[in-house]
Amino acid sequence: MIIIDKLYKKFDKNEVLKGINLEIKSGGIIAVLGPNGSGKTTLIKSILGMVIPNSGSIALNGMPVKNNWKYRNDIDYLPQIANFPGNLKVKELINMIKDLRTEKKADDQHLIELFKLEPFLDKKLSNLSGGTKQKVNLVLTFMFDSPLVILDEPTSGLDPISHLRLKELIKVEKEKGKTILITSHIMSFVEEIADEIVFLLEGKIYFKGSIDQLKIKTLQPDFEHAIASILTSNYA
Amino acid sequence: MRSRWSYVYFLFYLLLGTVLLFLNNDLSKAVITLMNVIIILVPLIGTIFGVMYYYSSREFTELLLAQPVKRSSIFLGQYFGVALSLSMSLIIGLGLPFVFYGIFKSGAIWDFSLLLITGTFLTLIFTALAFIIALANENKIKGFGYAILLWLFMAVIYDGLFLMSLIYFENYPLDKFSLIATMLNPVDLSRVLILLKLDISALLGYTGAVFQKFFGTNLGLVISTVMLALWVAIPIGIIYKMVKRKDF
Repeated sequence: MIIIDKLYKKFDKNEVLKGINLEIKSGGIIAVLGPNGSGKTTLIKSILGMVIPNSGSIALNGMPVKNNWKYRNDIDYLPQIANFPGNLKVKELINMIKDLRTEKKADDQHLIELFKLEPFLDKKLSNLSGGTKQKVNLVLTFMFDSPLVILDEPTSGLDPISHLRLKELIKVEKEKGKTILITSHIMSFVEEIADEIVFLLEGKIYFKGSIDQLKIKTLQPDFEHAIASILTSNYA
Repeated sequence: MRSRWSYVYFLFYLLLGTVLLFLNNDLSKAVITLMNVIIILVPLIGTIFGVMYYYSSREFTELLLAQPVKRSSIFLGQYFGVALSLSMSLIIGLGLPFVFYGIFKSGAIWDFSLLLITGTFLTLIFTALAFIIALANENKIKGFGYAILLWLFMAVIYDGLFLMSLIYFENYPLDKFSLIATMLNPVDLSRVLILLKLDISALLGYTGAVFQKFFGTNLGLVISTVMLALWVAIPIGIIYKMVKRKDF
């Protein structure tokens, strides 16, 4: 369970998070939505401790995140942009990350097969296409069996088949009782998999609840229009 | 990538050491020539490699930050990785030719080890300063620019300012001032330290005599070593603090 209390963050003069209060219960898929620059990635990076908030607190399973690093053992994180050191081979990278979490058993073989990565294992990361990098990224994320999975734009650059496999993979992980936090701009993807959505707007939480609740609130028949109506009413 | 460059650096020193020995055909003369090279070159290489390594491993750093690893151990690990491999290149690269030439049997062994020790200190100091600059600047070009400026200032401009102030205030007693000014620049400190050890302080004139009186003693040596150690410790402390507050 994640409890976020009065979280503020600004980069220079740009206030990104303006007082986020959020409680995420264990289990299920939560989608964090919002227009570009609404603070989705900053929120996620704050949970991971990569961004240090100006004020406010984050606690994971009752333990504060600040000045702590062991809690990251329980998190799998998929970064938005797959920036890998280009001089490493795919295999070397996977082994290196495995070495960092020796106490956990890593199930990379199954994932490599799932995303058809065998032919790329001996290639250097700088020679891979964007989509293939994203697949490597996914393998690195899912190979550890952590109770909290954070996915920042997991679908970017994926071909339709891999997209389908990813959806199945996420559903399987959910069945195991994991908490999965996702950001995405692809509404059909979110609608299909998310149990709950959190809508960020200009650094604040605009809406939190199920998709049905959102449709009722905005008086729109479908999800995509509901989101669009929030955006147009605020950006008109 | 890092290892390839440190091999080049190592080979460079190996070559430098050998060539100098052949040309001078005398150990202590070779040590003096080496000093001039080391005083200027070691800070430059430390600065450039430090900045370069930090920027080129940024992606990997971001990857590591999401893993259960302590922040300070990621960055201090990177710092010591660079600084120690550069120091090793220096020590082994210069050490080998001198060992084969018979340094152990000659009286120049202490001078030579002092040279290597100050070289190592300078590597540690300037790599740390480079890391600070790189941490403070997201922009690579700016980071490189500041790093080069730092080196230029410490290795060249500082001396100029120092001399100018000596001339300007020549009517005042300057012993203390010049001592302190020397202490505040690791490059100057190392140079003076080695020069005095080599017993050529007569070249330095009156100030040389003051320096000899101070640095020549054991107390002076201890204080200078402490100063050099502080020059390593303080930047590392700053790195540690910066890393704790930085966003990625």
